[in-house]
Amino acid sequence: MDLSYGPEYEAFRGEVKAFLDAEWPLKGDEAKLDLQGQAVAFRKKGIAAGYLARSIPRHYGGSEQEADSLKAQVIREEFARARAPMEAMGIGTMMLVPTLLERGEEWQRERWVEDTVLGNTAWCQGYSEPGAGSDLASLKTKAELDGDDWVINGQKIWTSGAQHADFMFILCRTEPGEKKHGGISYLLLDMKQPGIDVRPLRQMTGGADFNEVFFSDVRTPKDWIVGKRGEGWLVSRTTLKHERNSIGNAAQAQGTFRNILKLAKQSTIDGKPAIENPAIRQRLATLEGYVQAHVYSGYRQMTAGLRGEDAGMIQLMNKLHSTNIGQEVAKIAVDLLGDGALTDPSQGARGLFAGPENAAGWVGQYMSSLGVAIAGGTGNIQRNVIAERGLGLPRDYFADAHKR
Amino acid sequence: MDFGLSEEQQLLQDTVAQFLANENDPNQLRARFDAEEPHDETFWKGLMELGLGGLLVPEEHGGAGLQMIDAALVAETMGFAAAPGPFLGHTLAGLAIALGGSEAHKRAWLPKLATGDALGTVAFGEEDGSWLPEQWSVGGDALTGTKCHVPYGAQADVIVVGTKGGGLALVAPGDGATIELFEGVDRTRRLYTVRFDGAAAEALPDGSDAASRTRDAALILLAADAFGGASRVLAMSVEYAKTREQFGVTIGHFQALKHQLANMALETEPARGLFWYAAHAFDEVPEDCERMAALAKAHVTDRFMHVAREATEAHGGIGFTWECDVQMWFKRALFDRAWLGTPGTHRERAAQLAGW
Repeated sequence: MDLSYGPEYEAFRGEVKAFLDAEWPLKGDEAKLDLQGQAVAFRKKGIAAGYLARSIPRHYGGSEQEADSLKAQVIREEFARARAPMEAMGIGTMMLVPTLLERGEEWQRERWVEDTVLGNTAWCQGYSEPGAGSDLASLKTKAELDGDDWVINGQKIWTSGAQHADFMFILCRTEPGEKKHGGISYLLLDMKQPGIDVRPLRQMTGGADFNEVFFSDVRTPKDWIVGKRGEGWLVSRTTLKHERNSIGNAAQAQGTFRNILKLAKQSTIDGKPAIENPAIRQRLATLEGYVQAHVYSGYRQMTAGLRGEDAGMIQLMNKLHSTNIGQEVAKIAVDLLGDGALTDPSQGARGLFAGPENAAGWVGQYMSSLGVAIAGGTGNIQRNVIAERGLGLPRDYFADAHKR
Repeated sequence: MDFGLSEEQQLLQDTVAQFLANENDPNQLRARFDAEEPHDETFWKGLMELGLGGLLVPEEHGGAGLQMIDAALVAETMGFAAAPGPFLGHTLAGLAIALGGSEAHKRAWLPKLATGDALGTVAFGEEDGSWLPEQWSVGGDALTGTKCHVPYGAQADVIVVGTKGGGLALVAPGDGATIELFEGVDRTRRLYTVRFDGAAAEALPDGSDAASRTRDAALILLAADAFGGASRVLAMSVEYAKTREQFGVTIGHFQALKHQLANMALETEPARGLFWYAAHAFDEVPEDCERMAALAKAHVTDRFMHVAREATEAHGGIGFTWECDVQMWFKRALFDRAWLGTPGTHRERAAQLAGW
């Protein structure tokens, strides 16, 4: 075992640092651009240097580097240290780009991949519906061909960023005669057109990260489909395997733990620093056991990836393990806050993934830790996955029955 | 960057696992568990023939000269099989002498411990619940005082005794020591009370450093054993869910049980990396070792206890019987959790070591 990066990667780290020292923050006229403009300008330099968009072919605007998870990790570490932007974060880069690269038409890749990664084009995801959550394949939003266009009617929900997005990738039912999973197509559509009604969903924190999106006779061209008609379910399952980030999730858990430790040092219980309270110390050390287990599970998975081995059941556990950690952090926080837990979170809530800085922020985190646990597959769905794919237990009877 | 096992480490683990599958299957284990005779010498001899007597003993003294991660992998495998016998105390005694003994001590004991010609153990616990070097009170040129929960104290040829001031001393049982069986819950690892009344003891010259290193080693080996045990009771529960039928289907179809088993897996599997890292740190990252050993012992033995309780429940009525194998691991979990101090004790140590 060796947790160091070794001389080859430390030399690479030196190159990345030198690049960042020279290029970030931007200089001259580029430094006068707005934040978005600066990010785009810097990303172009990062791609040219081979540090960003590494898995994307040059033809589509990427830097087309050989897959190397360690280099990718070094880049993440150094970019984070320099607070330099990486590829445009969001559902477009994370989900649409890999899907287009794997299943899209040539013209679709040429049109959208580069602009999405640079951050010129923003996407939102039209998957969940009021009646189709965990059972996504029961979705009802319809698309019918009318001449050269699809005409879309229905409703999506939990759509992050719909109010800012330029385009949506959406799952629609296009083959009415087909069974559940077989009747779905994966379409792309322009969000800036009549017939689309985006309504923010106010969360329990007071913030609004999600929207409902209503479609009435919304049109999109016939060839704005990824994969064939009725293959949308399979297309939507495409995942990015290239340079998987196995330890990013663990770094996030460590960051959350540092936040709660800081709060314990700043708070008082019975007039003394809370960090000296035996019960708080026990809870923090118990939590740290899970955090450290999470961190080293990340290194195990990274090693398996580097060796080309299967890391096993642990891969199915990352989300549930980390959201459990987030929820325990939140529970300790409200005890540390004392009367601070009476504070309205709406002033402190800064979205799902921001670190809290005051009582309002922590009360917001107390709630949003549940949001994170629910989003992208609830804890109970994660448990099904662990039980079925990890432990080899029988598939859920009802899920199977519908598929038949 | 490589946080995984080498081929040699996998082979070591496979070899021990295969031996235990043949020589300590559940029926053989149960016979040993129920036996009046506390120590199965034939089974122990088999382990010694595999070379498990001197894993941490340097090669120059006849041992395998391996690292803590290797010993921890063996401990995991022993925990998975609930292998009975003195492996824990024997391994720690060899390590303590290798780390703290004089050349004469090493020459006298290490080769014999490595082959299994002599049996070693450690005496750390005391009557007031003390376990740790800074708490030890037994002392004197001729030792007086009582040590508790000494594994296989009556069978040992040499006992490494934790002494007042945090040092270590060697005692060959004989005059001045009375040894009695403690009626312990874990029948796979028998414990004794050792009362010293002027026993001849030889202090280890580097006893103080060796004591803290041996404490860390013990914490890591207990965490590893607990990981193996937790994996086993999870596997037993999953197997039971796949075979037991109610309402016309195997009970593994029911989501309530599937989720309980998924939670057990979630409590268990991530802990593997934690005990790996603590063991790795013992040899390679000394500044992290003391704290990670404390955290690993606290976390993994707590997880094992929790998962053993869940496994008992997942077996239904049969789970509560002596006949059900789970109870043997349940009791092993009680040992792993309590021996050398509770999770609470080690969490407080971890907090102090972090400067909280």
